[in-house]
Amino acid sequence: MAIKKLNVSSSTQTESLPISKPESRLYMSFIYVAFISLFIGGLMGLLQVFVRSGRFTLPWGIDYYQVLTVHGVILGLVLTTYFIIGFHFSLMGKTVGISDKQRKVAWLAFWVMVIGTVMTAVTILLGKASVLYTFYAPLKAHPVFYIGLALVVVGSWVAGFVNWRQVYLWKKAHPGEKTPLLAFMVTINTLLWFIASLGVAATVLIQFIPWSLGYAETINVLVSRTLFWYFGHPLVYFWLLPAYMAWYAVIPKIIGGKIFSDSLARMSFVLFLFFSIPVGFHHQLVEPGIDATWKFIQVVLTFMVAIPSLMTAFSMFATFEITGRRKGFGGLFGWFKHLPWKDVRFFAPFVGMLAFIPGGAGGLINASHQMNAVIHNTIWVTGHFHLTVATTVMLTFFGISYWLIPHLTGRTLTKKINKLGIIQTIVWTIGMTIMSGAMHIQGLLGAPRRSSYSEYGGGEQVTEWIGYQMAQAIGGTILFIGIILMVYIFVKLAFFAPKGEEEFPIAEEEEDAEPTPKWFENWKLWIGITVALILFAYTIPFVDIIQNSPPGSVPFDWPIGNN
Amino acid sequence: MHLHKYEKIWLVFGIGSLIAFLLILGYGAFWQGTHPQSHGVTIDPNNIEAHEAFQEENLGLTKVDDDKYIVNIVASAFNYDLGKDEEGNPVKHIRIPKGSTVLFQVTTPDVVHGFNVAGTNVNMMVEPGYISSLETVMNKSGEYTIVCNEYCGVGHHLMYATVEVYE
Repeated sequence: MAIKKLNVSSSTQTESLPISKPESRLYMSFIYVAFISLFIGGLMGLLQVFVRSGRFTLPWGIDYYQVLTVHGVILGLVLTTYFIIGFHFSLMGKTVGISDKQRKVAWLAFWVMVIGTVMTAVTILLGKASVLYTFYAPLKAHPVFYIGLALVVVGSWVAGFVNWRQVYLWKKAHPGEKTPLLAFMVTINTLLWFIASLGVAATVLIQFIPWSLGYAETINVLVSRTLFWYFGHPLVYFWLLPAYMAWYAVIPKIIGGKIFSDSLARMSFVLFLFFSIPVGFHHQLVEPGIDATWKFIQVVLTFMVAIPSLMTAFSMFATFEITGRRKGFGGLFGWFKHLPWKDVRFFAPFVGMLAFIPGGAGGLINASHQMNAVIHNTIWVTGHFHLTVATTVMLTFFGISYWLIPHLTGRTLTKKINKLGIIQTIVWTIGMTIMSGAMHIQGLLGAPRRSSYSEYGGGEQVTEWIGYQMAQAIGGTILFIGIILMVYIFVKLAFFAPKGEEEFPIAEEEEDAEPTPKWFENWKLWIGITVALILFAYTIPFVDIIQNSPPGSVPFDWPIGNN
Repeated sequence: MHLHKYEKIWLVFGIGSLIAFLLILGYGAFWQGTHPQSHGVTIDPNNIEAHEAFQEENLGLTKVDDDKYIVNIVASAFNYDLGKDEEGNPVKHIRIPKGSTVLFQVTTPDVVHGFNVAGTNVNMMVEPGYISSLETVMNKSGEYTIVCNEYCGVGHHLMYATVEVYE
């Protein structure tokens, strides 16, 4: 361990910069798109659970899979990416600042992403791209669908480059000081996103676009799937890490405590950078064309990514206990009872943390090599990520919104909205418990995910499944009520809440905290290890896939009703 | 970097569990042969009949020995082709005696499909250019629905067949 410590001047520890009006407008623009997406995507989810109950058919000849494509793309790609970039920018603006020039480039990122999103949305709405958000070849969507997606990714890169520039300039102006914790975390997450999205960019630009335009006759299906999942798993960590940022560096402030350990928080983020990318094969465990030993090697790496989550879980509960005891609440669980349960900024993310316990355990099951065959592509998987991303991540994002939006719009979180937020969290929890629970059980009984209502010839198994689909319809309806509540809260906080100043809560370290070691700032080392792990996990199997490729596939557009 | 004593205990316990899980998985996979299907056998998706198993007369259930069966299936949007019965109707239901060893071989001439004998470990991706195969012992009687569990287009949910395992 390097011994040389950084000079920590107390002023930088508490430094938090004011956010100007033009900055707020930029950050809020990303968040507007996120909440519009939440509403549309949620409505699509409601339609899906209705159709799957067997008691409802979509009007006007709308296809189930078109609705499902909208749901996946708008919630999985649009809502998440926009909210995260808006949140990233807010954190950077608050901790390291943004220049006018950087802000202009950030607007460019926003508009490139919006143009891409609109292009993709139009093709989906015209029924030309019902390929779901994974767009597996050789199903062929309209070329504009892929070009739009590429623009969204490129726009997000521009946003990431701005973030790196912000940190770089701050470092230059503050020689010898450690990067503020939140800026460090944003840097890691944008790095993770950039390295991962190179995979999806490669398959979209080199494979899908030429092939869908007719310049290439065939596509290598397994290569495209492998590149997609090289991106697809770090994608979920790109969603999760902003939630962890709030847990590590915001929640302690809200409950009146301090950061448990600055170094530990940085360490867990570095580990996420290492282990969330070289693991894509665990989404491809039951595929015919990938060597079993390499699948297993990536399973081992996948399990490594549980370690930073274990560290996070410890830090959270340690913070809760230390804070509670310091406030004088003794006993084995006295500190727990006195957490600020009535403060939605704490309550919503806390429920999110709890959901990650079954969510993470389910994830280990999914990644367990041969055990994957029990649940692969069953609706268990849908239940799994509705716990992780749709509960853990979403409730934390909502928890962030309660203070971030009024802070940016110059309004306040009133008691009434706070109470409504608590109700929203409870509604979400009840709805998700019913829906996700039913999905998990139904999946264990073998029912497929991504499927419209079907009686499959009416076997005994199927009758059992349909009962659980009724439960999902009930849970999904409750969740939609939760979405309406959240959108109402958003509109209130953005436009109607009383003017005032809402706190941007950033926790501080303990007075006597051990200084953070200097080697945490060694970006070359972190990137080097990340790249080495990726090359180790992918080079041999990828060469093997290409060398043993079957003839490529021509485009198929008729199966998705696009001919 | 300082780690709290309790945190060390917690991490040793956590990482220890992960290692234990991995050892169990590895033992099952490498010593007991329970790897997920990964044969890497390729086929020309434009000419699957060139492979003997997927010629029309070889589709569906074939008894190869006492208690040994092969099931060859062509998955295409939106149908599982299990061959034709004596009257020339497509087979949608196969019967296998309990305790038989069954080899499932599946391929596709078009898009990606799934192949899951619901409620069992027979769960494979079916991708153009590859033959997916899995050998299993069907030792629980009952009726199982075969479902396509990877989205393959507008008729995806209409793709199924049934397997009856009888005493």
